[in-house]
Amino acid sequence: MSDIVISVENIGKRYRLHRQGKGERYTTFRDVIARQAVAPFRAVRDKMRVWSGLNGSHSNGSINPKSNESIEDFWALRDVSFEVKRGDVVGIIGRNGAGKSTLLKILSRITDPSEGRVRLRGRVASLLEVGTGFHPELTGRENISLNGAILGMTNAEVRRKFDEIVAFSEIEKFLDTPVKRYSSGMYVRLAFAVAAHLEAEILIVDEVLAVGDAEFQKKCLGKMQNVATAGRTVLFVSHNMQAVSRLCNRGIFLSAGSVAYAGGVPETIELYLSTFAKTNDSDELPDRRPGSGEYRFTRARPAREYFGGAEEKAINFEIRRHKERVGSMFLSAYIIDSDGTMVAQCDSRVVGTWIEDCREVAGKFRFTTPWLKPGSYRVDLVICTVGMIVDVWEGACSLTISPVLPYLNSANSNATAQGLVFADFAWETSELNRETTGQSNSDYRRQQTSARHCH
Amino acid sequence: MHELLIEPGRAEKNYWHDLWRYRELFYILAWRDISVRYKQTAIGVLWAVLRPFLGIVIFTVLFGRIAKMPSPGIPYSILVAAAMLPWQFFSNALSEASQSLVANTNLITKVYFPRLIIPAGVVITSLLDLLISIALLGFLMVWFRFMPDWRLLTLPLFTLLAFLAAFGPGLYLTALNVKYRDFRYVLPFIVQFGLFVSPVGFSSDVIPENWRLLHSLNPMVGVIDGFRWAICRGALPIYLPGFALSMLVIILFLILGIWYFRKTEKTFADVI
Repeated sequence: MSDIVISVENIGKRYRLHRQGKGERYTTFRDVIARQAVAPFRAVRDKMRVWSGLNGSHSNGSINPKSNESIEDFWALRDVSFEVKRGDVVGIIGRNGAGKSTLLKILSRITDPSEGRVRLRGRVASLLEVGTGFHPELTGRENISLNGAILGMTNAEVRRKFDEIVAFSEIEKFLDTPVKRYSSGMYVRLAFAVAAHLEAEILIVDEVLAVGDAEFQKKCLGKMQNVATAGRTVLFVSHNMQAVSRLCNRGIFLSAGSVAYAGGVPETIELYLSTFAKTNDSDELPDRRPGSGEYRFTRARPAREYFGGAEEKAINFEIRRHKERVGSMFLSAYIIDSDGTMVAQCDSRVVGTWIEDCREVAGKFRFTTPWLKPGSYRVDLVICTVGMIVDVWEGACSLTISPVLPYLNSANSNATAQGLVFADFAWETSELNRETTGQSNSDYRRQQTSARHCH
Repeated sequence: MHELLIEPGRAEKNYWHDLWRYRELFYILAWRDISVRYKQTAIGVLWAVLRPFLGIVIFTVLFGRIAKMPSPGIPYSILVAAAMLPWQFFSNALSEASQSLVANTNLITKVYFPRLIIPAGVVITSLLDLLISIALLGFLMVWFRFMPDWRLLTLPLFTLLAFLAAFGPGLYLTALNVKYRDFRYVLPFIVQFGLFVSPVGFSSDVIPENWRLLHSLNPMVGVIDGFRWAICRGALPIYLPGFALSMLVIILFLILGIWYFRKTEKTFADVI
């Protein structure tokens, strides 16, 4: 009974969406001044009307009938319940917009739930971002105390662990340099070092391993593993399935704001990945996707069922306008392999393609290199304007690459097992003739082998 | 074992308790603001003295020399200084407090703590500037051979009043600013306008008798009159009805500020 350290009961989080209000994020005071600031006076006036029996016009509700703005409820999370035992390391996975971040925010008390309750037993430390509150003008030493305090360590704790933190971060030499002069790698190392030394019974971690170089990531994963084996409870959100399967012993798969599956890690990951395999998820409503939503992808389909690794791969798509125009937009496609590693980012900006406002767009996205290895790839499609994300469609479609190798000569599978993609490469060798070093190229016997692709 | 329950509206119940628990974070954020304040400036903390000094010079020349405003046997510079110091504290504290939440967006969306400690820390930082600039007042007193009397000992009380006068509206504005960024533009206007309707360059005596109550609706009138009374040996008596009115306005603003801040606080992370 007391072994359960986190119990979540029917948590829900509702956001109010104001339809047809442009610039939803920054409301201008003018729009609301009449409604909000006059509200007390209106209430008094209404009361006086009631008292004086003049209760004729009672159209003053919470919504101004004159403005055609309607308020719509959006449940980022609904009826989420689960329990976590002491010492469990739980991986929370799901697509963007599934509610993972909202869940973590509720558990770390940044935002209030709209309904339900959570019971946490033990000290909670949450790490939603590496280096929260780092101040660029302060030195590394000062930032350790600052960041430690922000993450919930007491001053004494920081002082006790100071040497350990410095050793872990490997930046002793730059301790008294302002952090703004650090390289991004050093910055991340220092930030993670502080976070890694949090002493809490429950640790809530968002996608923080996505930053930093590979070696440091490995070190961090090791540290996380230590934390896990020390009997502390960890909630871990990641898109990196390898990290999840290495670290976690339980998985929770969130989909569209509720728990779709909770149980063993391999099953959870498999279920999660299988949702990408279905092309054109019809059950995923465009409005549920992240982004401001003026435009949405309505369709995305590979041109063929299979592609050869070295062939041109193409995806046909359609975009439709949903709300007011936003100006020039660019598109981006992310190609992600079955481990969750992004193989390529294909951004239309770098090839000079922009689309202008219009009601509907049909188009084709195509690429030849990199030569993809056989298997299934997920393609995420994104619409952006400068400075704003309009639509993010994770797993818009999947590409299947046929198991035919693009190289002319066959060899055993060792020859192609390593690496993320196949390369279009050549080997050129020449034998050096020592007696005629002063002579020109004609003395070299050239040998050339190159990879040519076949379909 | 430490147990924590999260449910809608729960944060309300242990708020003041939490505020106490997070006092260490409060210290360290205040320390951060102080130590960052004059980083990469050539003359550093001297700015805390230089800005009021320039203000005093300009106002002394404008009102004392050119406009020849009356002074009850007190060096005009000291008369101005006694008002310029609290005024500059007020305007700094108010502008920085009202930007404080937005400036700390990254903390608010990533970490839990009682949000009240952010504007409070900023106002405390400005208070430190005020303490430093009081050295300037001391310098002026020596220069003009002006000896204050026992009333100077009441200065901390009026400083507290100045703190409250800045803190209330600061809380209100910073909470509003989270949702309506308009206040970023409103504020410089408020501060500029406030300087002219506050008795900084002149003493409150010059206000016609029947306007004085209206004049005292400005909370800074009470604070400045208090500072003048304490510093200038009581040569400028406090107009008590006006002072009481200023106090009342300060308290009303403080209640409004805390009430509105607390009311909107739990949605900060969602709307910021």
